[in-house]
Amino acid sequence: MNAVFALLAGLTLGAALAAVTLRNLVHAALCLALALAGLGLIYIHLEAEFVGLAQILVYVGAVAILIVFAVLLVRGAELPEGRVSRAPWWGAGFTALFAATLLWAVVRSPVIRQATRPAPTVTVRAIGDQLMRDYVVPLQAIGMLLTAATLGAALIALPRRDPNSSAHQPTPP
Amino acid sequence: MNPLAGCLLLSCLLFASGLGAVLIRRNAIVVLIGIELMLNAANLNFIAFWRYGPNPEALTGLMAALFALAIAAAEAAVGLALIISLYRRHHRSDIDVAEELKG
Amino acid sequence: MPSLDQLPLYLKDQIVALFPTPLQPWVGALIAIGTLCALFPALFAFTTVLERKTLARIQNRLGPNRVGPAGFLQFAADGIKSLTKEDIVPRNADRVVHFLAPFVVVVPPLLALAVLPIGRNLVALDLKETGLLYFFAVGASVEVGVFMAGWSGGNKYSLLGAMRALAQLISYELPLILSALTVVMLTGSLSLVSMVEKQSSVNFGGLYSWNVFTPWGALGFLLFLTAAAAEANRSPFDLPEAESEIIAGYFTEYSGFKFALFFLGEYLGLFAVCGLGITLFLGGWLPPFTWLNWVPSWLWFFGKLMCLIFFFVWLRGTLPRLRMDQLMQFAWQFLFPLTLINAFVAGVWHFTASWNFALRWALGAGLLALAYTLLSRPFTQAFPRRTYRFAP
Repeated sequence: MNAVFALLAGLTLGAALAAVTLRNLVHAALCLALALAGLGLIYIHLEAEFVGLAQILVYVGAVAILIVFAVLLVRGAELPEGRVSRAPWWGAGFTALFAATLLWAVVRSPVIRQATRPAPTVTVRAIGDQLMRDYVVPLQAIGMLLTAATLGAALIALPRRDPNSSAHQPTPP
Repeated sequence: MNPLAGCLLLSCLLFASGLGAVLIRRNAIVVLIGIELMLNAANLNFIAFWRYGPNPEALTGLMAALFALAIAAAEAAVGLALIISLYRRHHRSDIDVAEELKG
Repeated sequence: MPSLDQLPLYLKDQIVALFPTPLQPWVGALIAIGTLCALFPALFAFTTVLERKTLARIQNRLGPNRVGPAGFLQFAADGIKSLTKEDIVPRNADRVVHFLAPFVVVVPPLLALAVLPIGRNLVALDLKETGLLYFFAVGASVEVGVFMAGWSGGNKYSLLGAMRALAQLISYELPLILSALTVVMLTGSLSLVSMVEKQSSVNFGGLYSWNVFTPWGALGFLLFLTAAAAEANRSPFDLPEAESEIIAGYFTEYSGFKFALFFLGEYLGLFAVCGLGITLFLGGWLPPFTWLNWVPSWLWFFGKLMCLIFFFVWLRGTLPRLRMDQLMQFAWQFLFPLTLINAFVAGVWHFTASWNFALRWALGAGLLALAYTLLSRPFTQAFPRRTYRFAP
């Protein structure tokens, strides 16, 4: 294992652990952005440059911003609510068991002792060809899914004009 | 131990942290962060097996990872809209507020 | 003795040859990084003075004219001032995020500048497969820095400014990427070097076929410039940092050198996106006519860059700024559909390659004019035609 991958993996794992344990939600969201950027860099290191750059564009540029906007709108960064659930031991125990099982499966698998092959040459033209030929149905399905998700998210997050409710209308920015 | 092992171990640990966040933390947004971590850990698995697997020229792993990326982003948007809507109803960002069936 | 055009490359090869072979790639990379980090901040220094003097002349006054010959060392005075100013961090501020935000705003534009072809064979980072995607991915990373800057000050108004700036950045990212995608469609590659080379075919006896000489290219260039002005927070889209509206927006709580870093990051972002516009539409380092090839290619690139910067300064001095809702409406209801129609017309241009040139141009320009007229109706019909009344 070379040093670059070890560095990137350490960065990603550290940021991910910080993202799930930090108390301040905005810090957690920023650490998630760092973890996802680290994952994007790992993809670039694994010769999947297109996916790595798309990961950085989509996650760091959009999803991380979405999460911080939600944090600000929900004002969860300030309310001192309970950090962990009422019975965290079940969750912690299950997670530990699950992690141990996965790690045991990886370490015992023969896949990790095989010889590695040199990096494949991936052209964006090949990706585009495959997207338009073999994967055209999933591509169209993703398009419809994204449209539905956009419309759905906008509809769900719209304030309800309910005359009986006491909540006031949010002022536009 | 080859580079594939490093990627798989990292993916396992990321998935475990995401799972821990979903099961242990009470704040809805941290639960969403955990879900995103789990999805990305699975994506890393796809890319690692594409790179070190038997047939990288077929680009199957890359395609799966790309589609999973798009789906995860859409799911994050919808999840956050749900959290905002829940907050507006209950004025708390706990995931325990929606315990009862009657809204 | 190399030509003036290839002189920077020749110098770099000479310096790299002085080092032992294992170190040579590192030295080459360090030279490229050093050149970028020296060249573009120097251009930034020159641009700040140029902008102040040009704005002053537009407003019928002199600009800075005391420091240095005709005021052109003003940037040195500004630099010394910002370095020696007290660095104030508010008590409620989040110290770590407050410290890191300027770096997240400055480093991505420098990374983006690395992938632009500055001259023939002069590109710091030649990504043959994903050049344009790298540029946009790195540009999207600035948004996190903007949020960090606005939130970490502990000031509700700077947070509000940051959220408005983010809304603007995200809205205008779409027309920017879509108008760049039109060029990708017709070039067949995401590599910026190959985009310049695709524009190097000669027609009409000496005219290089820049993308701006096609109907979709002309409109695409205008759309790209509009979206670029919004991405770089330049007037008329500078509401997030307008001095009379929100003091300084998301970097209100910064003073001294960190403020100077934000300023630098903003101008570097402007250079990066102008450079991309030049590469995509204006033929990069190509001259307009073949008989102008004796001028070095990097001189053409920087000449076009200075022209675009002057154009942005001119816009700043001339147009009033847009309100937030006007801004968003303009992006989503006008620019975004128009970029989609532009992509369609680019496809029509590609498939009518065997037609007569004038007929192709007429068809493309006609379709685009129709789309522009129909889309701009809600904007122009909102206001009746202005009538002037003169005193009797």
